[in-house]
Amino acid sequence: MSIELATLNGQSADRAARDQSPLAIRGMTVSYGQKPAVFSVDMTVRPGAMTAIIGPNGAGKSTLLKAALGIITPLAGTSTVFGKTVARQRDWIAYVPQRASVDWDFPTRVIDVVMMGLYAQLGLLGRVRAHHRAQALDCLARVGMQDFATRQIGQLSGGQQQRVFLARALAQQADLYLLDEPFAGVDAATEKAIIDVLKSLRDAGKTVVAVHHDLSTVAEYFDDVFLINTQAVAAGPVADVFTQENLQATYGGRLAGAQMDSLSAATA
Amino acid sequence: MTGSEFVPLSLPPSLIGICVAVACALPGNFLVLRRQALIGDAISHVVLPGIVVAFLISGVVAKLPMLLGAAGAAVVAVAAIELIRRLGKIEPGAAMGVVFTTMFAGGVLLLEKSDTSSVHLDVEHALFGNLESLIWLDATGWSSVFDIDALAGLPVELPRMAITLIGVALFIAIFWRPLKISTFDEGFARTMGMRTGPLGLALVIVSAIAAVAAFDAVGSIIVIAMFICPPAAARLMTNRLETQVAWSVAFAILAAISGYMIAGYGPLWIGFHGSVSAAGMIATMSGVILGIAAVKGPHRQRAT
Repeated sequence: MSIELATLNGQSADRAARDQSPLAIRGMTVSYGQKPAVFSVDMTVRPGAMTAIIGPNGAGKSTLLKAALGIITPLAGTSTVFGKTVARQRDWIAYVPQRASVDWDFPTRVIDVVMMGLYAQLGLLGRVRAHHRAQALDCLARVGMQDFATRQIGQLSGGQQQRVFLARALAQQADLYLLDEPFAGVDAATEKAIIDVLKSLRDAGKTVVAVHHDLSTVAEYFDDVFLINTQAVAAGPVADVFTQENLQATYGGRLAGAQMDSLSAATA
Repeated sequence: MTGSEFVPLSLPPSLIGICVAVACALPGNFLVLRRQALIGDAISHVVLPGIVVAFLISGVVAKLPMLLGAAGAAVVAVAAIELIRRLGKIEPGAAMGVVFTTMFAGGVLLLEKSDTSSVHLDVEHALFGNLESLIWLDATGWSSVFDIDALAGLPVELPRMAITLIGVALFIAIFWRPLKISTFDEGFARTMGMRTGPLGLALVIVSAIAAVAAFDAVGSIIVIAMFICPPAAARLMTNRLETQVAWSVAFAILAAISGYMIAGYGPLWIGFHGSVSAAGMIATMSGVILGIAAVKGPHRQRAT
């Protein structure tokens, strides 16, 4: 009897945590072919924190994000945003895809890309007014790109393109920001600009989740980590979870000894 | 050339040519950017056997059976591509190429062997249409444009193509933002709640409607050319999608008018009698425009 009660209490506490979580994933399983890319992953993101999703190449980090957002259809699993389905909470979510996932030769200007973030406000046929443009320019200014507003996007460097994507996400005025490898292939100045913006979002009470690949900056940039290698390995605050042991379990033999040494230096 | 000659003989075919060119060029902009430019090619090939079979069953060259036949052929084509891809383990592009050419060739054979001599449906017609024959005998001059009785005698292809063009333009105008956003960044579009799958399908269906409507009047060559050449040339003129679409419309109109005029009068200018196929010349002109844009266009540089 008392055991059952304890279980029930545990379940309701779990449910309450999920309902308050900016992003709660349950039993997510995705497969592209025979082998699952993501297998039965549970994840509950802490509100107001910056969480890094970490794992080796092909571990299903991006896939987990895409499945959670409904960009790809999972075999099984659900995701909720503040306790409701993603479809009902679209206005709370801003997603920054991998930079390489789009064709930067597309005929459009920097400002037009940022304006795409205002689609929820504008709708199908809403008129673009001066305050919409001002809003987009303001978002560009926050990532230091205001001088590039009328440039064709193909003329930008990789770091500048990434900043434009972040500005588009800012224009969405979301509460939950999901970023897929925002620091991949960007210059140092851009990395600093992006992390400053993300930290300012966190300090304003927003929640940030980013797929991240640079283990050496995890402790410096993030509050929580989520370790994944097809299955979830460990999750929690960086200080408790970002340990040599957990990393070894996540990366297996793929983590070189030298990398481990530099990490233990960073985490020590 | 006087009004009494131009209005009945040249005005309707020019206008039909313009409607066809613009109706195909508009969705063509998105097809080219989505790397689906060959869909236009595919549609115009696949519909031929569908239209022939529809004619053989119904016995008339009418809009509804033709559309149904074209739609049926498209479904058969999609199923055949999937089947070949799965069973033959062939890449999708190759499977598409095989199906489209085979179905078109089958359509040509069907046309040849069936008794279609009573109507203007033959191989040449399928390729080049019969733009020059779409004349307006009730017209006597420019005043006929305001004469309701004379207007009733307009070739039926003109209002048909005009309505198709309006429909295509409305689709593009209404769904401009979702089309643009999902063409650029499909994943992002989906997180905004856009149903990118149905939208992409709608774009292909709208293109198919334009192709089938145009097919009867102008044949398949011009349809294939107009889906690709004006948008591709326009892309070289600008780095903004809005401006690109405007250029593509201008190029489509330019190709239609110059192609029609050169086909009708060009041979005379250089001392030959008669004329050449207007549809063939319009398609050629769109290629010439693309060639000029490729050499002289201001935005030929590509991001690396």
